[in-house]
Amino acid sequence: MRLKTFPGGIHPHDEKHYSAAAPITIFPTPQRVIIHLSQHIGTPSTPIVEVGDVVQRGQKIAEASGFVSIPQHASISGKVSKIGKFLHPTGTMAMGIEITQDGSDNALELIDDPGYMELEVAELKRRVGDAGICGMGGAGFPSIVKLSPPEDKPIDTVILNGVECEPFLTSDYRLMLERAEDIITGLKLIMKMVNAKKGMIGIEANKPDAIMKMEQLLAKESNLEVVGLRMQYPQGAEKQLIYAATKRKVPAGGLPMAVGVVVQNVGTALAIYEAIRYQKPLIDRVISVTGSPVAKPMNLLAPIGTLYSELVDFCGGAKETVGKAISGGPMMGFALPSLDAAMTKGSSGLVLFGEKDARSLAEHTCLRCARCVDVCPMNLVPSIIANAVKYKDLDLAVQAGVNDCIKCGSCAYVCPAQIRLVQYIDTGKIRYAEAQRKK
Amino acid sequence: MNDKYIVSPAPHFHDKSTVKNVMWNVVIALIPALIFAVYYWGLRALILSLTGAITAVITEALIQKLRKVPVTVHDGSAFLTGLLLAYNIHAGAPIWLPIVGAAFAIGVGKQVFGGLGNNPVNPALLGRAFLLASWPTQMTAGWVAVKGSAMSGLNNLSRIATNLQELSPKAYELVTGATPLKVAQTLRDSTFVSDINAQAGGLDLAGRIFGSLTEMETLKSLFWGNIGGCIGEVSAFALLLGAAYLLWKNIIEWRIPLFYISTVFVLSFIFGGIPGSGTSVMLPFFHIFAGGLMLGAFFMATDYTTTPITKNGRIIFGIGCGLLTIVIRLVGGYPEGVSYSILLMNVFTPLIDKLTMPKAFGKVAK
Repeated sequence: MRLKTFPGGIHPHDEKHYSAAAPITIFPTPQRVIIHLSQHIGTPSTPIVEVGDVVQRGQKIAEASGFVSIPQHASISGKVSKIGKFLHPTGTMAMGIEITQDGSDNALELIDDPGYMELEVAELKRRVGDAGICGMGGAGFPSIVKLSPPEDKPIDTVILNGVECEPFLTSDYRLMLERAEDIITGLKLIMKMVNAKKGMIGIEANKPDAIMKMEQLLAKESNLEVVGLRMQYPQGAEKQLIYAATKRKVPAGGLPMAVGVVVQNVGTALAIYEAIRYQKPLIDRVISVTGSPVAKPMNLLAPIGTLYSELVDFCGGAKETVGKAISGGPMMGFALPSLDAAMTKGSSGLVLFGEKDARSLAEHTCLRCARCVDVCPMNLVPSIIANAVKYKDLDLAVQAGVNDCIKCGSCAYVCPAQIRLVQYIDTGKIRYAEAQRKK
Repeated sequence: MNDKYIVSPAPHFHDKSTVKNVMWNVVIALIPALIFAVYYWGLRALILSLTGAITAVITEALIQKLRKVPVTVHDGSAFLTGLLLAYNIHAGAPIWLPIVGAAFAIGVGKQVFGGLGNNPVNPALLGRAFLLASWPTQMTAGWVAVKGSAMSGLNNLSRIATNLQELSPKAYELVTGATPLKVAQTLRDSTFVSDINAQAGGLDLAGRIFGSLTEMETLKSLFWGNIGGCIGEVSAFALLLGAAYLLWKNIIEWRIPLFYISTVFVLSFIFGGIPGSGTSVMLPFFHIFAGGLMLGAFFMATDYTTTPITKNGRIIFGIGCGLLTIVIRLVGGYPEGVSYSILLMNVFTPLIDKLTMPKAFGKVAK
């Protein structure tokens, strides 16, 4: 197979050996969960329960607030014990609903709909919308929005993102090995919803067994194909994946639908399949708990809202002093002050670093070495944007492409001067948004 | 809530490269050239080189102490500048020359502007230009040829003419006393050409000398370094070895050296001929291996701070350096133009960067 790729990027060690061989293990029902109201990009969900209410696993507890939003469901049965602020996996404090288990039955009644492949598109979309599904690769864009492109934007290709280019993470990899058939059915359902003729599954070359498995299953499907991708970060970034697979360039500031493509993560495709076939809301997901301090790195199928500390305990705790706890992968994930955060629908991994790996060096002045320029997958000049932000020249920052940055972190990864380029650029994005609001 | 862990912005992963690591790797890449220099000229080459490097380190430390900023000489950048400065001096130079040059390079070329990352032009080259302007005699006289070789690398004089010394004293003086590039440049002077040809009684002496410049034997001398030259630029081979190391380590990028050397290659073939004899297909090889081009293209024109950061900018920079180098070599007042061409292009760097800002991925050209 000829491997495809995109221009720019870096080649970090993939560090997947910690958890790659660990089969998906079901995490036992936790004592309590915290269902965050903001698990996605868009407006936070609106709670429809009160403290003291008894809720069943799978019951809706918060409603979508508008189009770019999703509903939330109880991931365990129990009592609503608190509605308030909790540590969010992005490191901030955010509103959530805490449910404490009351020992009642936690079984989730799933109705298998035998005719699920023949349903009308409207019904398919209703089921996806009701299940509260958002992108599970990390960004958390409400899936129903992606599946409802405007009339004037016809979609011809659906790409499933099985790249998992973030080092350490193996949850998508395990899903592709263990749930391949269901993921493919999910792909077909997505294609039906957006009326696309072609389906692709993009997988990076460091997962040859996943590529092989998918290729075997797709051998007889003429309109579905596996796209083998070179091991190169950020291969799984939406625009880079689309380019590698189709050679189409998503216009700057535009969405994939502008080039007739919809991208969904493989985990999302599985959730969509389960939502349509069993009308199962998105209440659990696979998360990799990994890194050198973790005693027994694992891939856990855990209820949404499970505390990170409980996941680590289940993996045998930490065998060395933890220096950093990262929600997500090490390139784009968030460093958490503690393990008190609860996982959300976008939590693909929890990576622990020992004290040595957690340390970072002091910033040096820019040498103008241009390594950041050479690796930027968006063809930007990160050092100039960062400098513009540093000296509060917002116009220059915008002109240099602050809003085109996808925050993949490749620039900061290679910077010999250890400049926190992504942080400066992110600050620039925030300042720009503020300036726009004031206008 | 107890905050136990380090909180910092993403990415949390780094390729472990540091400024220090980069600078010392460049120093390592310069060692083969030094070994060749010591082989050819003895310990004096080493002493002059280390003198330059250590003076640069001391100067930087002193100025940083005076500026009350952290002393950062361990990062290797001052050592590198001092070493490069010394590489631009010939092995017969007095010891104070690298001292004055390195102190100037660091003081006026670098620290005045705020230190590493802020200097507008290459400090080592500025130091060299300062020395050449202030002590031209010491910089250009007393060059030592490699033992057993002529300065010009033209060792087999009998192939030019059996009794060259009697036939044309002028030509003899040129081929025994000047560097290869000086020979090539002098031969472009039509008065000189007719002079020596007349001395030789109508024999095309100029053409013969020119022809021997591009002979395999001469090119070999240039490649291995048994010619006269500055400490660091003597052997193209040793410099290529270091350059390969830097490219492999991803410390320098290919664009500037490739376009620099290619431009010299092409232009020397087109314009490098001499009156009466025209050019030669081997002439481009003479021009890329002679003088300081390898040192300049791989170690000076790739200096981070003073060269463009945009990809297209680096191409323009390389072509510009090549163009200026050829102009100076062929029609300039000096036989060699590498250092001045890089210095001049350094000045254009901000403008080049500004004019070559790339379009973001997916951005349509307006």
